[in-house]
Amino acid sequence: MTPHLPVLQVVIPLMAAPICVVLRQATAAWLLATGVTWSAFAISLMLLSQVMDGGVISYELGGWVAPWGIEYRVDPVSALVLVIVSAIGSVVMPYAKKSVEAEIAEDRIYLFYTMYLLCLTGLLGIAITGDAFNLFVFLEVSSLSTYVLIALSHERRALTAAYRYLIMGTIGATFYIIGVGMMYMMTGTLNMADLAQRLPEVAETRTILVALAFLTTGISLKLALFPLHVWLPNAYAFAPSVVTAFLAATATKVAVYVLIRIFFTVFGGVDVFVGLGAGKALMLLALVGMVAASVTAVYQDNVKRLLAYSSVAQIGYMILGISLVSVTGLTGGIIHIFNHALMKCALFLVLGAVSLRLGTVRLQDMAGLGRRMPLTMAAFVLAGLSLIGVPLTVGFVSKWTLLQAALEKDLWLVAAAIPVTSLIAVVYIWKVVETAYFRPVPHGAAEISEAPASMLVPIWIMVFACLYFGIDATWTLDVARSAAILLLGGAP
Amino acid sequence: MIGFEFVLPAILGLPLVGAVLIFYFGFAPNARETVTLLTAGSLFALVTTLIDPVMAGERPEVVLFEMLPGLALALHAEPLGLIFALTASFLWIVTSVYSIGYMRGHHEKNQTRFYVFFAISITAAIGVAVAANLLTLFVFYEVLTLSTFPLVAHHGSDKAKRGARVYLGILMTTSILFLFVAIIWTYLATGTTDFTPGGILAGKVSGPAVGVLLALFAFGIGKAALMPFHRWLPAAMVAPTPVSALLHAVAVVKAGVFSVVKVIVYIFGIDFLAGEPSGGWLVWVAGFTIVAASLVALRQDNLKRRLAYSTISQLSYVILAAAILAPISVVGAAMHIAAHAFGKITLFFAAGSIMVASHKTEVSQLDGIGRRMPWTMGAFAVGAVSMIGLPPTVGFVSKWLIVDGAVATGNWVALGVIVLSTLLNAAYFLPVVHAAFFKPEEALPHGDSHSGDEEAHGHSVIHDHGESPLPSVLALTITAAGTVILFFTADAPLALARLLTGG
Amino acid sequence: MEFPGLFNYWVAVVLMMAGFYIVIAQGNLIKKVVGLNIFQVSVFVFYISMGKVKGGTAPILDEGIQLYSNPLPHVLILTAIVVGVATTALALALVVRIRDAFETIEEDETDALEAEDEAR
Repeated sequence: MTPHLPVLQVVIPLMAAPICVVLRQATAAWLLATGVTWSAFAISLMLLSQVMDGGVISYELGGWVAPWGIEYRVDPVSALVLVIVSAIGSVVMPYAKKSVEAEIAEDRIYLFYTMYLLCLTGLLGIAITGDAFNLFVFLEVSSLSTYVLIALSHERRALTAAYRYLIMGTIGATFYIIGVGMMYMMTGTLNMADLAQRLPEVAETRTILVALAFLTTGISLKLALFPLHVWLPNAYAFAPSVVTAFLAATATKVAVYVLIRIFFTVFGGVDVFVGLGAGKALMLLALVGMVAASVTAVYQDNVKRLLAYSSVAQIGYMILGISLVSVTGLTGGIIHIFNHALMKCALFLVLGAVSLRLGTVRLQDMAGLGRRMPLTMAAFVLAGLSLIGVPLTVGFVSKWTLLQAALEKDLWLVAAAIPVTSLIAVVYIWKVVETAYFRPVPHGAAEISEAPASMLVPIWIMVFACLYFGIDATWTLDVARSAAILLLGGAP
Repeated sequence: MIGFEFVLPAILGLPLVGAVLIFYFGFAPNARETVTLLTAGSLFALVTTLIDPVMAGERPEVVLFEMLPGLALALHAEPLGLIFALTASFLWIVTSVYSIGYMRGHHEKNQTRFYVFFAISITAAIGVAVAANLLTLFVFYEVLTLSTFPLVAHHGSDKAKRGARVYLGILMTTSILFLFVAIIWTYLATGTTDFTPGGILAGKVSGPAVGVLLALFAFGIGKAALMPFHRWLPAAMVAPTPVSALLHAVAVVKAGVFSVVKVIVYIFGIDFLAGEPSGGWLVWVAGFTIVAASLVALRQDNLKRRLAYSTISQLSYVILAAAILAPISVVGAAMHIAAHAFGKITLFFAAGSIMVASHKTEVSQLDGIGRRMPWTMGAFAVGAVSMIGLPPTVGFVSKWLIVDGAVATGNWVALGVIVLSTLLNAAYFLPVVHAAFFKPEEALPHGDSHSGDEEAHGHSVIHDHGESPLPSVLALTITAAGTVILFFTADAPLALARLLTGG
Repeated sequence: MEFPGLFNYWVAVVLMMAGFYIVIAQGNLIKKVVGLNIFQVSVFVFYISMGKVKGGTAPILDEGIQLYSNPLPHVLILTAIVVGVATTALALALVVRIRDAFETIEEDETDALEAEDEAR
């Protein structure tokens, strides 16, 4: 069993998805999905511990030897991403039951779980595969199911949001395969490790330069790098709550992972950042995105969209860490993938609970909510503090590492941008906190109760994770650092 | 003898446990208040057990756990922190006594929330006091900012919210924008953030960078209210009086100046900073803050606002004393932290008492009030004398030491500032005392439309009132007595403070 | 420059630009999908051209055949075509739903209706 863990990681949710369609029954589908996500989580943890102990795992799919066959490759970076995706996926499941029942029509619930499992399959597959084209397939598996998940919402604006995301996502994915095609033309291989070996020979050609441009643009669309983020706010704002929480915590993170993979593994032997100028460009976009998206977030009235813009800003942090091209910077970028997943998941889960009880997530409707849903809103405050980067939360760890990386390189402007965006985060988080705690409950508001335990428990698991990994960040930083060293050391 | 492994975490954990218990006993006010007082009392007792070993030269350190690789949350006991911890924990007892009178007398809402966050703030203040490195200091500094926010916004009115927003805004901005950067810079330059006697920056940073780093620290610690980052302090005046006492005397501003002094002594090192001309600007900024804030205080009619600007000016005394960079003036800085705490808390208690008993808030309304409230105004007079720096109050001791340091280093700017501000202090405090005791009472109704605690007096033309509730009077008498007692027993804290400079 | 040799690539580029333009410029949601299809087809052409070896036959193992085209890009693009079909189907399904909900498939009109939703 153990040697086949890498393939099981992907195959189990893939097989379970059609079974959900056959079951056609909401509770049965939920039970199956829960079981599958939790076993995926267990597998990813086993993989991570194997990788941290024994180094990179390589699995030849169907017994075909790489670089001819498809290779699954697990190194510290991909293992960490696998853990993030499957952990979020499984923690969200107990929460999903009530939330989905409230937001999606009864006869479509089994479809939700089918799509959810497919999306999980795609995201896990992206993280685990060592083959550039196979990555495209998984990218599309996850994307197509994501469009459906967003469109399942009862809100009609979700349909246009899903459509817009579909158009932009497909363009992004197509750009990606154009890039892969060009690399294949020049090297005759699709295996990432093999590509890394062969690319330096042809690095000077225009084809490779163009390939890099296509790859970068395509992935940037997927990860919502400013200014290619326009699909994201509405998609997150109007998708069903569970979907938003899951996607915000995983989808863009996985895209950031792909970018890291392409830049540091595939183009590991090529001077992408200085020689080809990608570093400066990315850094600039990251900085502008951090500031612009944070400022936009301040003016949002729909709290879900507020957090969506905040996500765009936070993606800027990750890209910033990557563009610094130092061990500390990359560590900061990777750890922020993990940390941001925790806090954004918590925040969006809170909003799901609010929307379940209140029926809306607009700011003015949340007045006095601190007294009406004390546990839920307390979770929002703590996760919000984490987003700001207050010490003892995960946000602080990310900011500490990133700021350190910027100062190491004497980039004062960059160093200034990090605290400045934190401050803007104070403004938009505090807007919500003040409304919830220091405004009276509107007159004639319906009596509402606290969120059900099945939702509170996942929320608080995420909040505790935010605090725990903020108080003791040694383990996560170790994993992130070893991943960063591996990536910067060229091809694994 | 109890081991430090126990005492240091315990003084941090005790108020936190207290907070949980207070929350738990929220339904029964009497039990809740008993818990508060018991926690405060045992906290002070625990802190005092640290005196002897620290006097004997021990510098115990306890590592709680590693937060980031190579960077731990760690606590240690050293003279400066001990003075701060002693002051804070003692004044917590007194403030609790006072709040019981004030909060009940005023029929405040959300009293449980108030006591819970008060206890958490104390935890944070103690954490700042015993932080063994910059990271730990920063952690507790931020916790202090956040835990005092609900206290400042206590009333929940628009005005309170606005004030609290300014409060949070300035403190968060300065700490994230400057202090955070300064800490990481220090860490990168030296590879450590531990507070080390003699400093850690010598030889690692030099030239103009020292001045810049000092600026990042001095302004980054916004709680020290160095101009132009002082606006949060008057803005926070919307809070109930016990909170003002917490801000001005017990924890918040003290945590600010304490951190500045600690950074100057243990991160820069006095000798190193004295040899770097680029750090010299701090004397000027502190001096300017002292004089400017005093001038503003002179023009305030609202008593609490006058006290707030007086605080801003007094805080810069501490910074000025540290910036003079003479060993003796650093001792003065440490003493002034305690001296100002006792003096200012007395003044705030008095202001709160006046408000509870007579609903008067403006200086111009206080004519003749000394005859109605002899204890309150007597204590006010003692506090004012201490602020001015006259014997027999502890304010004299600390001011004397600072002047001594200024003369010793030939720092005539500092000397001039101290002389000028002493005159200004006298100019804005003495008229209040004079009016209270020697002017005849005005026969005009003042703000007695409030439905106060004494309904019977609500309709009389002149609001007929006596002293405020007993707990309040008791508290302010204790602190006033404290300022006098500390003058006569100044040797003990001085001995502790002298250890700071190894003298 | 050997014009016929690069002919396929020129076709791919022209198709790509045309498709991309339609996606961006058209306000009709169906036409956008058509544009997206043209855009994707250009990539299929690109991949297939890439696999062609001059003088090579179809990659079938048989006697006497020495030179044959590279089968891998063809296989890859088979996958991509499937993905493309799925995307188109989903996009069209979404358009149907959008028409049900908004009673229009013009982007500027749905935008206006969304702005109304926002104001509510």
